[in-house]
Amino acid sequence: MLQRLQHLLGIEDLTREQVSFILDQAKPFQEFHRHPLKKLATLRGKTVALAFFENSTRTRISFATAAARLGADTMNLQAESSSLKKGESLLDTLWTLEAMRPDGIVIRHSSSGAPEFVAQRLGIPVVNAGDGTHEHPTQALLDALTIRDRKGNLEGLHVTILGDILHSRVARSNIHLLSKFGARIMLYGPAMWVPGELESLAPNVRRASSIEEALDGSDVIIVLRVQTERLHEPALAAEEYILQFQLTSERLRLAGPDALVLHPGPMNRGLEIDPNVADGPQSCVLGQVTNGLAIRMALLYHLVGGAPSETTLSAGTTGKE
Amino acid sequence: MLLIKNGRVLDPSSNAEASLDILLDGPLISKVGANLTASDAEVFDAAGMIVTPGFIDLHCHLREPGQELSETIETGTRAAARGGFTAVCTMPNTQPVNDNASVTRGIVERAAAAGMVRVWPIGAASVGSQGDALAEIAAMKDAGIVAVSDDGKPVATARLMRQVMDYCRGLDLPVIDHCEDPSLFAGGVMREGPRSIRLGLKGIPAQSESICVGRDVEVAMLTGARLHIAHMSTRASLEYVRAAKKQGLQVTCEVTPHHFTLIDEDVRYDSHYKMNPPLASREDRAALIEGLADGSVDAIATDHAPHHPSSKDVEFDRAPFGITGFETALALGLNELVHTGKLSLKRLVELFTSGPARVLGIERKIAADEPADLTIFSPDHSWTFRVSDSPSKSRNTPFDGRAFRGAAMATIVAGRIVYRR
Repeated sequence: MLQRLQHLLGIEDLTREQVSFILDQAKPFQEFHRHPLKKLATLRGKTVALAFFENSTRTRISFATAAARLGADTMNLQAESSSLKKGESLLDTLWTLEAMRPDGIVIRHSSSGAPEFVAQRLGIPVVNAGDGTHEHPTQALLDALTIRDRKGNLEGLHVTILGDILHSRVARSNIHLLSKFGARIMLYGPAMWVPGELESLAPNVRRASSIEEALDGSDVIIVLRVQTERLHEPALAAEEYILQFQLTSERLRLAGPDALVLHPGPMNRGLEIDPNVADGPQSCVLGQVTNGLAIRMALLYHLVGGAPSETTLSAGTTGKE
Repeated sequence: MLLIKNGRVLDPSSNAEASLDILLDGPLISKVGANLTASDAEVFDAAGMIVTPGFIDLHCHLREPGQELSETIETGTRAAARGGFTAVCTMPNTQPVNDNASVTRGIVERAAAAGMVRVWPIGAASVGSQGDALAEIAAMKDAGIVAVSDDGKPVATARLMRQVMDYCRGLDLPVIDHCEDPSLFAGGVMREGPRSIRLGLKGIPAQSESICVGRDVEVAMLTGARLHIAHMSTRASLEYVRAAKKQGLQVTCEVTPHHFTLIDEDVRYDSHYKMNPPLASREDRAALIEGLADGSVDAIATDHAPHHPSSKDVEFDRAPFGITGFETALALGLNELVHTGKLSLKRLVELFTSGPARVLGIERKIAADEPADLTIFSPDHSWTFRVSDSPSKSRNTPFDGRAFRGAAMATIVAGRIVYRR
């Protein structure tokens, strides 16, 4: 039975059916972006609060655009201008926002679990736009949409995730999502960023012992951004990283000509990814951005629009237990 | 005079377990025997209850002076009395730090004014607990401290630890260490493992604690001083303590109720599951329970760490470490350890009475002319812990709403009933 979502806090607690449902809901919005007039009235009169407590350009613009194209108004809260800088607690900030009666809130925060913390305390739908090193569910959904469009389906893929997996919320959400569809997932990166516990995140997740093993026969390669700003460990020299972990054209050949290359952006060209790969025919990078809009429109439509859909059978329950 | 009748007296110090009456006269025990009578005494009927020497908590934070929004000596000791504690050792990380005799005297005076349970201050090992110069330990001892510790952080270096231990050996004071390696701890908020990876919370490896325990045991060997490991949470730390005991070193340790009850897998995005040391692995918990049972662990200590609700109701990684513990300690011990058959009732009582007393170098027993400090509890009384009923100023506990079998029924300090259920 498909349960109606109240919030989108992460991928982990979604069922495979719920994921497929969201991807299906995004289909019409993908078409919509080709229209010359890109504005609907679906969410007219609704307000979406965009609470970005951590700097973000791409994800914030994507959500803002998705809301605008659905006809919703947005309230913007950005880290630099927020009263958090003046010592106000997250809770007080959110209660202030809530008092302006938004119909939903999109939150990005550097603390893992912050969206769940918010969802437990506010009475409106919460969308996680990335929390700490926990999850980035809309990224995984847009990646899945991109993969499904190019591969035809999501079943039983061989997936490789390259880079700093320990600190990556994108990796966690992708692992949870793709493993729900039976993916075999290989992880590879600097050993201190690929701890063994990652294998316990989902079934069929394994660490590769070499980049060759990681890429051999892969259908989808997700290259992670090296996020030096989130590291507590002593940093690794860029030359070391490039030498051992960069996705080069030569290494990509190990995966075969049909393999897709995804990157959540923003890319460090020449660091984790060779520019020739980033701009090559196997790269899905720009398609990911367009699909991000479609996914976020579908989610806002579903969560904020609140229109009971025929396929959502049990209204009132939540995706989380 | 107070006559406690019909109770089952359990005194681990003398291995006694019998149905006896106890007559208290003022601050001292006057008589212990069968079928005592005293026409002018108030009678407490302890039928169906266990009567033991007064419980001692080796580790708590009463937040006074300086953090009275979270707790005061008065509110904290009222909570302690409800938990059955007759004496609590309060850590020096107050504002100002208890690193000199005037702060110590202030605590002792406030405790006397509150008139609940005994408060035995622990003095800082170093000035301001900053890890540089030795605090005024001898002066604080004269003012009433029972041990020294820089709790909240480890004694900074092996060199300072050596100096503190050498000095405290001369004063016959135990040195209590909060063991952690700050460089490994580095911003962590929960135990490193599958759960921290899943939640995306920065992990603290178990070795952060055991490396420091290993260092301290080595320094105890060097100095021959009394070393007590605070809130020990891992198997590896326990192994160091076991080895030290085997060699005849005066090394002791305590375990908190939350560490024998909860594990890292229980952690969720709720700061009531955030404490330091963090909740450990399932294997570590099993090792700790084994140590509690076999005598390797000397005491159960609460690490009662009140934090004002507004400071805890924040994102997990921004919340302070610590939970309250006085009112749930005995019940958790009974439910998790005794009712499950892992420990005998007598062993549990030992961990609350003669065990901690031995760490402090004192005796706790039920006999004529001993202090009239007694804990009376029922191993079977059913109740539900409601944090809203707590006299503590803080609400930070993961055990709110938990149903228990077994509770403190009365707490007697210096012959006076300070709490009665």
